[in-house]
Amino acid sequence: MKLLLEHAHVEGIRYYDTYRKHGGYRSVEKAFKMTPEEIVEEVKKSGLRGRGGAGFPTGMKWSFLAKPEGVPRHLVCNADESEPGTFKDRYLMEFIPHLLIEGLIVSSFALGSNATYIYIRGEYAWIVDILEQAITEAKNNGWLGKNILNSGFDCEIYVQRGGGAYICGEETALIESLEGKRGNPRIKPPFPAIQGVWMRPTVVNNVETLAAVVPIINNGGEAYASIGVGKSTGTKLLSVCGNVKRQGIYEIDMTQTVEEFIFSDEYCGGIANGKRLKACIPGGSSVPILPANLTLKTAKGEPRYMNYESLSDGGFATGSMMGSGGFIVLDEDQCVVRHTMTLARFYNHESCGQCSPCREGTGWMYKILKNIEYGKGKMSDIDLLWDIQRKIEGNTICPLGDAAAWPVAAAIRHFRDEFEWHVNNPDEAQNRNYGLAHYADPIHVPASA
Amino acid sequence: MKFSAEKLNKVKEIMARYPEGKHKSALIPVLHIAQEENGGWLSTEAMDHVAEVLNILPIEVYEVATFYTMFNLKPVGKYVFEVCRTGPCMLNGSDDIIEYIKEKLNIREGETTLDGLFTLKPAECLGACGYAPMMQLGKHYREHLTKEKVDAIIDECRRNAANNN
Repeated sequence: MKLLLEHAHVEGIRYYDTYRKHGGYRSVEKAFKMTPEEIVEEVKKSGLRGRGGAGFPTGMKWSFLAKPEGVPRHLVCNADESEPGTFKDRYLMEFIPHLLIEGLIVSSFALGSNATYIYIRGEYAWIVDILEQAITEAKNNGWLGKNILNSGFDCEIYVQRGGGAYICGEETALIESLEGKRGNPRIKPPFPAIQGVWMRPTVVNNVETLAAVVPIINNGGEAYASIGVGKSTGTKLLSVCGNVKRQGIYEIDMTQTVEEFIFSDEYCGGIANGKRLKACIPGGSSVPILPANLTLKTAKGEPRYMNYESLSDGGFATGSMMGSGGFIVLDEDQCVVRHTMTLARFYNHESCGQCSPCREGTGWMYKILKNIEYGKGKMSDIDLLWDIQRKIEGNTICPLGDAAAWPVAAAIRHFRDEFEWHVNNPDEAQNRNYGLAHYADPIHVPASA
Repeated sequence: MKFSAEKLNKVKEIMARYPEGKHKSALIPVLHIAQEENGGWLSTEAMDHVAEVLNILPIEVYEVATFYTMFNLKPVGKYVFEVCRTGPCMLNGSDDIIEYIKEKLNIREGETTLDGLFTLKPAECLGACGYAPMMQLGKHYREHLTKEKVDAIIDECRRNAANNN
């Protein structure tokens, strides 16, 4: 079932003429015959949940937007994709830019945004050109600018390049950055829906979320909601990386089991190089790592599915999260301590420094993990690490603190023996093949192994 | 560094994207232009010029330039290898690639070669996890890196540098 990537492989789909020929911009024609309220209602009916990581219902977020008389409102597209393991928005923008532009026009009309901004991570420098080209084409064909389709509605879309900061994916940090400041998250409330960019009511949505508005308007909210399972409606893009045979972008309707997703040839094609599955981080680096057995099955022994509810089944004790859809797979040779160390370094580098638990705590966690990884750790360091992450979680202005704490907590929770092994075998800590206790059911050992 | 007339027009165009009086929003995009114009880094002089053009205080520029990873506050080589080393790239061998570059160019992380051609700047996740290991070189990504590819990239940079001189 493909909604977003249906035409991804059509040659020339990056350009307007081809995109239009394959049904592009139909949703704009349809939307302009509806009222903004009716569009918001369709998005509500669709059950679409924010695709950036938090999974908050999009229609509800839209309905919170304040509409005081005479105050302009803004839609801002969050294209600051920076969560390790996540590269799906990049794919959408790079190969099907018009899908995002189309979604932005419809959403801008629904929300009453006459100036809409795409805030893109600064490193995606070449994608800025692709998006600006698409915007120019859309404008030349009358989909942007003044009085679009004689509706009386004006809209411009601008691409704003960031400066390389993970924190700017947090919506209030993004707003600060868009205002030309350091990316320090704001204290909420007030929420952006009341006071966002330039203190005006603002909606910030992820790239994939806004692209999904196109099929929702084309086919109707109910049709979208009929795809998927329960509250996980529609389709979700997964970006797969790590040690699988076929890394890349997949669009799924969330009915697949994790086992099917990792091992079938239709998706990841199994573990690369004839190795076995050791662990998986299913939703971007911030979500808890799961050992192979809990990746494939819930604690109750039932198959785990690729959707919001099933991936979080068991809470953080035995489950994880759908998150941003950054699906990271570790094979039997990978060291969980080393992997966690690189993530701790990442969060330490990316902490904005505003809140002391995060600013100091992420640095301490990285130092301790580095000591353990390089054979200089003590057994008490493992408890110390646990203690630090616990004191960061929930004690910061924005969720970066939680995002830094969770991977460390889950690594200790599920792979404590591996940390202990490092402490007990300092000399071997660098050269090793460890983690046998966490292998999945042996049926997954490929025949060639 | 002062913006050329052409770049100044680009800056004015960016400033016009925001509501009246909110032109400070142009700061990060304009700093990117200033860095490009100033040989890949932001000197105090370059930042002061940006402050003047945007009509904001120099400190407002400094505090932003020091926050964002992409802005270099010291001179860098003509070619900056920003090699990602976060989790997913590590799983696919980025440690080996970084070691290889250090050995081949005889520099440590953050250093520039004596001929001023290359800087090695280890980076945190650049959003190319499925095409790892990778590096950013200028505006573009170089992906699925191997030692052979690194050799070819270094040769390519040396050739380009020689042709430009």
